[in-house]
Amino acid sequence: MSRKRRRLYLLLLCGLGLGSATALSLSAFQDNLVFFRSPSDIMQEAPAPDRAFRLGGLVETGSVQRETTPDGRPEARFRVTDGASTIPVTYTGVLPDLFREGQGVVTLGKLGPDGVFRATEVLARHDENYMPPEVADALKRSGHWNPDQGAPPPASSWNTLTPTPAVGAAPPGGRSGS
Amino acid sequence: MNTAPPDTAAVATTGRDHPMDRPLAGRGASLHRFANPGRFLRLTGRIQPWLVGAALLVLAIGLPWALVFSPPDWQQGETVRILYIHVPMAWLAMGGYAGLAIGSAIALVWRHPLADLACRELSPVGAVVTALCLATGSLWGKPMWGTWWVWDARLTSVLVLFFLWLGHAALVRAFDDPERGARMGAILALVGAVNLPVVKFSVDWWNTLHQPASLTRLNAPALHVDILYPLLVCTLGFSLAFAAVVLARTRAAVMERRIRALQMAAARRADAPSDDRRAEGPEGLNRLARDMP
Repeated sequence: MSRKRRRLYLLLLCGLGLGSATALSLSAFQDNLVFFRSPSDIMQEAPAPDRAFRLGGLVETGSVQRETTPDGRPEARFRVTDGASTIPVTYTGVLPDLFREGQGVVTLGKLGPDGVFRATEVLARHDENYMPPEVADALKRSGHWNPDQGAPPPASSWNTLTPTPAVGAAPPGGRSGS
Repeated sequence: MNTAPPDTAAVATTGRDHPMDRPLAGRGASLHRFANPGRFLRLTGRIQPWLVGAALLVLAIGLPWALVFSPPDWQQGETVRILYIHVPMAWLAMGGYAGLAIGSAIALVWRHPLADLACRELSPVGAVVTALCLATGSLWGKPMWGTWWVWDARLTSVLVLFFLWLGHAALVRAFDDPERGARMGAILALVGAVNLPVVKFSVDWWNTLHQPASLTRLNAPALHVDILYPLLVCTLGFSLAFAAVVLARTRAAVMERRIRALQMAAARRADAPSDDRRAEGPEGLNRLARDMP
């Protein structure tokens, strides 16, 4: 019995040591583990001009301008914001389907001397909310949510919402829309 | 497996020296009650068909509900249906690994022979669900995020989890002495368990391309109920199927080990003329197969 007890304590001790070692190294490498940096981070500590990094945030409402380059490629200008700071971005290429105002994005590129971020890659970053189109429409109609302004209201206000009797009466998720 | 822990009183009661063949008795045997392979096979033999039936039934309800009848997402459209495979696989990859770590601790501390076997049979299944989680995630990432793969903290830590599963499956099979392999695998499984909180909290501790968890507290899931309920049913179905596969593999491993132990015993009995043994071998095996529950 005492051998078992000893093995158990040894195991717990090893686990404690390993856990603290992991926690310490993860917190030491904190800066390298972030996938992108926010506009505020960049404003505080501007990276070297020729160094590529990822800039992430929300696409600012009303900032998106879609153009076409002389050689016929799509070009987009928009501003990425985290509420406190904003950085203008230009990107030539096809944007992901989820790209829109108010949506999260992660862009890879370099900050020019003029303060404009020249992106070579734009990824869309969506939030953790999932809802049927009818529920989203109902929230928009009632004025509780404008997707261009950012995330929807707290989930408890919509996750059991049945927008219209017609849809609500259908069996579990009656095939609606599309 | 062959070195018996000295504090089990059972060695003296039977002539055999293999823990799997030994009925355990006396004090301290509470945890070892299910180590009796005969009892384990009888008990799980009764559970197994029910488990398979329940898994098939729940999946037969959950998958059509999720993949056909549930609504699309307002912004992701029909692509959101990948969720109903991806999320259960991700939960099973992590929950299964937690099970592997617990089983490994039981095997290391209490030298429970069935725990070794269950861990050995669990890891290939865990590797498969983790691979499915990564594959479905990649297929989902391309249309939604615009990329198959990024090295953010969530995706990378799940890839590490996949390698841990693969490493465990390979390591326990890499030794001539199965007990040594099981010991090494258990240590690897326990060391790798530090990755579990990293996977879980990576989306909260660091900014990642992957979104944070939708289901944090059960009272306010960030999923509409029309999406949440089919997801929960699918998760239950896949979990039952996962348990059924692991249980079937473990049962097969117990039977395999019994056959090997009986073969060894027969070989020892007839170790003088080798022709005799060869003549008796298949016959003895057939008899054994008939007798098995």
